[in-house]
Parts: sequence; C-alpha cells; structure tokens
Amino acid sequence: MSQEYWRWKEYNWRDEKIDWKEAETITAGVDVGSVSSQTVVMTDGKLFAYSNMRTGSDSPDSARKAMDWALEGTGMKLEAIKYVVGTGYGRVNVPFAQKAITEIACHARGGNMMYGPTVRTILDMGGQDCKAIHCDERGKVTNFLMNDKCAAGTGRGMEVFADLLAVPIEDVGELSFEVDEEPEPVSSTCVVFAKSEATALLRQGWPKSKVLAAYCSAMAHRVFTLLERIGVEKDFAITGGIAKNAGVVRRLEKEVDMKPLTSNYDTQIAGAIGAALFAKALLEKSRK
Amino acid sequence: MSEVKKYKTEALKTWQKAKELRQKYYRDYATAHERGGLRWTGGAWCFDAIPAGLGDDVYPITGEPYAASCAFNKPFSTECLEATEKRGWARDLCSYMRNYWGSMYLDKFAFGGKYPKPDFAFQNHICCSHAKWYQHVAEYEGIPYFCFDVTVGPYSELDENRLVYLVNQLHEAIEWLEKTTGREYDDEKLIQAVYNECRATTLWAEICCLNRNIPAPLEEKTMYSLYVFGTLQKASKEVADFYEELRDEVKYRVENQIAAVPTERCRLMSDTQPPWGFLSVFRYLEKFGALSVGSLYTFGLIGIWEDKPDGSWGPRTTPQEEGIKIETRDQALRILADWNLSKPEWQHFYDPQLKSEMMIRIAKEWKLDGVMLHYNRGCEGLSLGIAENRLALQEAGFPVMVFEGNMGDEREFDFARTMSRIDAFMETLELKQLEP
Amino acid sequence: MITAGIDCGAKNTKVVIRRDGEVIAKSLVLSGFDQKAAAGEALEMALKEANLSKKDIEHITATGVGMKEAPFADDTITEVGSVAKGTVFLFPNARTVIDVGAEEGRAIRADGTGKVIDFAINEKCAAGAGAFTEAMARALEVPLEKMGEFSLKSQNAVPMNAQCAIFAESEVVSLIHAKTPKEDIVRAVHDAIASRITSMVRRVGIEKEVALVGGVARNVGFVKSMKDDLELEMLIPEDPEFVGALGAAIAAAENR
Repeated sequence: MSQEYWRWKEYNWRDEKIDWKEAETITAGVDVGSVSSQTVVMTDGKLFAYSNMRTGSDSPDSARKAMDWALEGTGMKLEAIKYVVGTGYGRVNVPFAQKAITEIACHARGGNMMYGPTVRTILDMGGQDCKAIHCDERGKVTNFLMNDKCAAGTGRGMEVFADLLAVPIEDVGELSFEVDEEPEPVSSTCVVFAKSEATALLRQGWPKSKVLAAYCSAMAHRVFTLLERIGVEKDFAITGGIAKNAGVVRRLEKEVDMKPLTSNYDTQIAGAIGAALFAKALLEKSRK
Repeated sequence: MSEVKKYKTEALKTWQKAKELRQKYYRDYATAHERGGLRWTGGAWCFDAIPAGLGDDVYPITGEPYAASCAFNKPFSTECLEATEKRGWARDLCSYMRNYWGSMYLDKFAFGGKYPKPDFAFQNHICCSHAKWYQHVAEYEGIPYFCFDVTVGPYSELDENRLVYLVNQLHEAIEWLEKTTGREYDDEKLIQAVYNECRATTLWAEICCLNRNIPAPLEEKTMYSLYVFGTLQKASKEVADFYEELRDEVKYRVENQIAAVPTERCRLMSDTQPPWGFLSVFRYLEKFGALSVGSLYTFGLIGIWEDKPDGSWGPRTTPQEEGIKIETRDQALRILADWNLSKPEWQHFYDPQLKSEMMIRIAKEWKLDGVMLHYNRGCEGLSLGIAENRLALQEAGFPVMVFEGNMGDEREFDFARTMSRIDAFMETLELKQLEP
Repeated sequence: MITAGIDCGAKNTKVVIRRDGEVIAKSLVLSGFDQKAAAGEALEMALKEANLSKKDIEHITATGVGMKEAPFADDTITEVGSVAKGTVFLFPNARTVIDVGAEEGRAIRADGTGKVIDFAINEKCAAGAGAFTEAMARALEVPLEKMGEFSLKSQNAVPMNAQCAIFAESEVVSLIHAKTPKEDIVRAVHDAIASRITSMVRRVGIEKEVALVGGVARNVGFVKSMKDDLELEMLIPEDPEFVGALGAAIAAAENR
C-alpha cells in the first residue's frame, strides 16, 4: 500500500521555556484510547510536554511508548514524575500509573482547563466512540451519554472515508466545503455501508468534495442527535480528533446553533490533561 | 421466453372517491370540536363500533394508519423518529408507535397544522407495544384512557368463558365512555355499527377473493390505499357503502378481464406491512410482469373470513345474511367480539404454524408463483415466526424471497440492495425485465 | 464459440474468456471509483492474454454489483445466478455454494444444472465479508495475504464478541492489550466471520456437496474456521475469485 491517507500525523511537543527541575509537582496523565494514545506531563499544573500517537497493534506498551516520546529530549526520566494517572480504553495497561480514572471524568476536568470554567457541555469525538458530557464550573461531571451501537460519528469512521477517497485526513475538512451547495447527507447509519454508498456516488460522477460533504454532514447530524438526548447547555466545546475537522465542526455548529469555544491546546490531549490534573490533586492530597 | 400476453387495463373508477374519503376522515377528526363533536385515538384493531354508540359526531384517529402516513413522508418521519429518540426511547421499538409519538411531541399533524389532541384514548391490547402506546399518549396529553384485553387464544379454541371475558370488558367500556364523555349511550347506534362492520369486513374479503382471477383486477400497492378504510373506521356506514361500490367495480373488472398489470405473468404475495416509504418496490416488480396480488396482511387484517362449503376460503357470512336480528346491547357485543376474534391476522399471534397454514392456503387458492417476505424490524407481532413461515412455504413448494427493512423507519431499509435481491429472485423464476 | 464474462465486484473486476467451453484467459483489476474504466481495462488485459480482439467475442455477459457499468456487455446476470452456474460447472456435484466476496457473503442452493433454488445474502453486516478481514489485517498490522497462514499457527480459540466490523477493531485492540498472541487473534477474526457465514448457510439448508468460492476462499485460516463450523469438507476451486466471471461467461454462451 503506497500512501496511507488515514494515517494522521503523530507528534510530540514540549515547552522549551520551562525548567522542569525547578518544579514542585511533576505529574502526568496517560490516555490510551482504542485508536490514539496521548501523554501529558505537567509541572506545577502547567503543560510541560505531550505526545500524540497511534495506539497501534503491536504492543501493550503503547502507554510506555507515548510516555517516552513525550519525554524525548527533555532530559526528564519517568522516575521524576511523582504521580501518573492512566485513563482511556487501555487505562489498565499503564503499568506505571498510580491510579486509573475514567475518560469521562478526565475529559470534563481537561475540558475545564482547556476552555475555562464557563464550559458546561463537552462533546468528545474520539476514535471509536462519541461522548457528550455535562460538567459544572469545576470540571466535575454532572451527566453524560455515549454513542449507541455505532461508529458513525467517530474518528475511525472518518479514517475509513479518508482512505476510501484517497484524501489525507487533515485535508478532509477543507475539501468538504468545496461544493456549490450542501448535498444530502449519506443515508447509511453504518460506516461500512456508508462506504459502499460513497463508492456508488463516486461512480455516479460525484466529485470527492461532494462525497466528503455528504459524509461530514451525516456525521454531524448523527452526533447532533446524541447531543439532543442530553441537551446542549452553554458554553459548548468539542474535544478529540474530529474537533480538528472543520467539515464536521462547522456543520455541527449550524445544527446546535451555538459556536463552540476554542482553545490553544491540542483537542486530542483533553483526556490526558484531565488525568494529569487529577494526578496533581491526588499527589498534593497525599502529601498533606 | 414466449411472447408476453397483454391484458386490458383501466384505472380504478372509485380511486378518486377513495382519496376523498380518506381526506374527509382526517379532516373530520381534526375539525371535530368545531361541530361540538368528540375525537378519540386508539388502534386500528380497536372496536370502533363501541364509541359509535356515543353519537354520529364521534371521530377516531387510528394510530397505525396515521403512523404509516407519517412514514410515507420520509423527511417528516425522520423528524418524528428523532423527536422520539431524543426522549430516550429505543430505536427497536414499534416504528408505528415511534412515528405517532414523534408527531405528538412535535405537535405537528402529518396532514398539516398542529396535532389535534384527542379527547380520550380507547384501545385494545393486541401486542406489548399497543399496551403501552396509548397509555403514554394519555399521560402525555392528560386525557382519559380505557383499554381492554383481547388475548383469549385462537378463534378455533374460543369458548363461552373466553367470549364472556371479552364481552364483560366491552360492557365496562360502554359504562366508562358514558361517564367520561357525559353522553348517554345509544344501543341502536351500536347495533347499526355492528351491522356496518360485519358488512364492511365481509365485503373486503369478497374483494380480495376476486383477485383470484387471472389476470388480477387489483394489485397490492393499490390495495393498500383501499384496505386502509377498514383500519380507519370499519364500523361506519360510509366505509361499508364504499366497499360495496368498490366490490361492484372489481366484479365488473373481473367480468371484463381488466387487469391491474397488463403484462401479468407472475403472481406473488408479500407479507408483513410493506416499507411504507418505499412502495415503489411494488412498481419495480411490474417491470418483470410480476405483481403482488395481496397478502395475509392485506386480506386478513380487515377482512373476516370463513371456510366455505366447497373448502375454499371466503367472506364470512354476516349476521344480516343469516337473518339474525340484533336486539340488545349484550347481543351486539357478543356478535362484535366473536366477529373480531375470528380475524385471521389475529390468529398467528398465538402460533406461527397458524400463519403458515393461512399463507399456504392463499398461495394455493390464489394460484401464486412465489412469495416475498418483508422481515420487518418495525413490528414484533407480524414478524413473529416469519422465518418459520418462510420454511413452511418453501416446503409447500413455493419459491420465497426475503428482504429486510422496517415499515416505519426508512433508515433501516436498503433500497439498492433490495432491488438487486428482487433481480436475483426474478432470475430464479426465469423472468427477465420486459422491454418497455 | 468465444464468449466472455465480466464480474464487476465491489473491490475487484474480473474477466474470463472462454472458447468452446475452455477458459483461455482471465484478468483481475481493482474496481476503484471508475468502474467503467476498470471494466475496460480488465477486458483489454484478458483479450491481450488470449491474443484476441473485442470483435472476436460473440457475447459478453456482466455480473457483480457494478454490472451496469460495463458498457460493452450484451446482458447481465445477478451474482447469485453467475456464481451458481460457475460453481456447478467446476464441481458438478456441488449443491450448496458459499460465496464470500469483499462486501457480501452469499449462500446459494443450486440444482445439477446450476440453476438457483434458494439463496441468502448477508444483510447489512460487513462482518460476514472480505472487508472485515481487510480491516482486521490493518488493525493487526498483518499483511492481508499472510492472515491465513498466521491463524493456522493458533493453539487457542479466543471468542470474539463484537458483532460489528468497526467495534471488532476495538476488541482486537483490547485482546492485544491483554497480551493475546497475535495468531489467536487472527484466528478469532476468521472464526467470527465463519460463524456469521455458516448461520446464513444454515438458513438455506446444507446439501452436499458444499463449495466455497470468492476471494476470501484463498484465506486458509478462514477455510479452516468454516470447516470446523460446518463439520464437513468443502470443494474449493483453484481460482475462487473468478467463479462469478466464469459463470457469466457460461451464461453468455447460453444466451447468445
């Protein structure tokens, strides 16, 4: 297979300005999802370094790999991190974590930091599931709902489409707007059959942009029906990989009729941020 | 393939009247209050003869046909279904119920305007969904609700005890109606309603029997728009009169060999409710010279039948034809109960074997070449045992094809795939599409 | 007499050319988005191999999901019909045909002349077709061609609960995290598809002999899972993915 269009870029990042040796509390959150894994390292509650990579199939060591990659070039070793919280689908496989906390709680907490205390509804569009979370001003979960029986509206679905249409996944959003008018959304609920529906449309002569528009539209609507069941309370924010896909986000905005808050942080690390913050709180509690 | 025979064909003369009658039904319901009348909601199987005793200005809206009308309008149906799901109801519940509720939640009437709130709900429990459906409507709308239980077993096992169990509830129903509406009950109107119902349902069975003719004077897609009156208000004189007119026209068509499908060369039947949003499936069949002449559903949901002396299935003899004069309320209720309990569509809720037997009988007596079964995810009652029915029909020597779908939820119907299945089925029957 | 059959499948387009009952050429190309172009390409390739030109072919019949896109076809036959014909031609004793393609699985009962008596097609579920193995191969990072032999190494049957192709992927990931040996996971994938297919086969009833055709029949791991489930030997042709095109070519000879 030549180019893998679904393979989004993995990366790591660190804050060059922070001297971690001066920090009082060094904590980390590791979010091992079914599609991607992130590690966030915090010094005194500030973002110091993070990594974002595919969970992969080859090892249960995704957590370790994500951590090593986040620390790469920082000079920091794992031992320097005083408290690690694991979260996500594979949270049981973070052997170096002191505690595991659900991704719902971590997303709410992370979203609170990323978007501020006014956020009340967080929509996490992850690799294989979608979560609608209500939280209070402290980032504590008050209600939540997950997608039902279905991958349409998740990152995996989007990857399948990018691959099918041979469009790099980062370009999907913009390309989906290169249409004169919005087409009807694809009718299949199931991603697998949406694929054959899309193939049929392409054979009918539809340009890729139109097919993507139809799919993004269907995805946005599917997610919207999930949100409707729990209600959207101001302020509203979107986390997860799909938050980077303008094709879905802008269409969803229209249906929700509310502009989501934005953040300087990478939307995919929300869970890991929340986990790292929980780690800090737990560390401080243990020190008392 | 030998030369295709071409029969005469003609549009149905009573078609326009059918359209008008249906529009009038929903208009009467919506505007009932303007005339000081009452309106009520309940299932199509419910005994509308009973509220008829409250006066000539009492109008029902029956849930299933109304929901089918919603489902027929795909964008409206999706809105209704999503409104229902928004409240947390699961998607695998009865799709009629979900459409109906959605219309109620949205306060939108499928025929325009707001959803006309009923004055009371009057219902019988034919299945789990029906038991809860109108209870929820009553709670949501804040209206009085009466229901009665009809589960007494198959008609062949009906005895005095079981009949009286039902009849007693009907007596109670009348008392409840009087109390709730404040109107005095008129037994004479009840008796007339019972006569009407017997006449209407027997006429419909007669019309179905006329479809034994080769070529068939009617095909199933058209029949859906005609049998519906029996689901709207079978105890009304208007419906009985209409069916008489229709029966006369269909007889005329048979006498003059006027076909529904001029290229008829393959006779099929379907079963369970069709996917209401995709009735074009039936038109597609015609491209092969094939048609559906009906189904146990179309024949037996409204029609009331009996075994005729020559062993064939035919319209049940009405009390009027037997010379029975109904004189009391109790007698009327007994006849009404017995009449309804003999409904063919009701029997197979008790045993798929009963349904297989009826289906095989239809296939034989209507001289069919094959069967198309709709594995309908939207209706637990009618889908019950359908896989066994398929096996029984095949064992009896009839080719069967199946397709999956949902009568009221178009998201569960795959149009393209169903068409290709029909292609494959036609191939097994050695039929190619006819030249246009 | 020279005829051709073209099978415009969801993933691959196949052509078979026959002269007087013998296969003289075949070709396979990816169907891609432009089915018309793929059909043309496949035909060209086969003609080249047979050293013929298009006008030498007396009759071309098309089958497969994209059959209407083959502009040069004289007529069409459904996949169910073509697969039955092709299989019974190759195995005159075959009465039950299991065809597993990229997007659909089919179970067909046929008579001795290759005529279809009854059929079932997998409904709305990709976990009974080749697309499922492809997706799993990607999730496991095992080349698709190696999936078969990989699963034969398995010593343990691990149950897979997910019904849905998409969610099966997360189940695979969780099995990896539970340190399940990869061979066992691959086998679990094959067992899952096989169980879906065999339940479909049972709907039409099993009459010997049973034949297994379609691209997925090349997967020895899947074949073993099917054998274990059905508890009988199946007839598998040498080029299982060409059976549809072969059947179409046979139909072409009958229809010309």
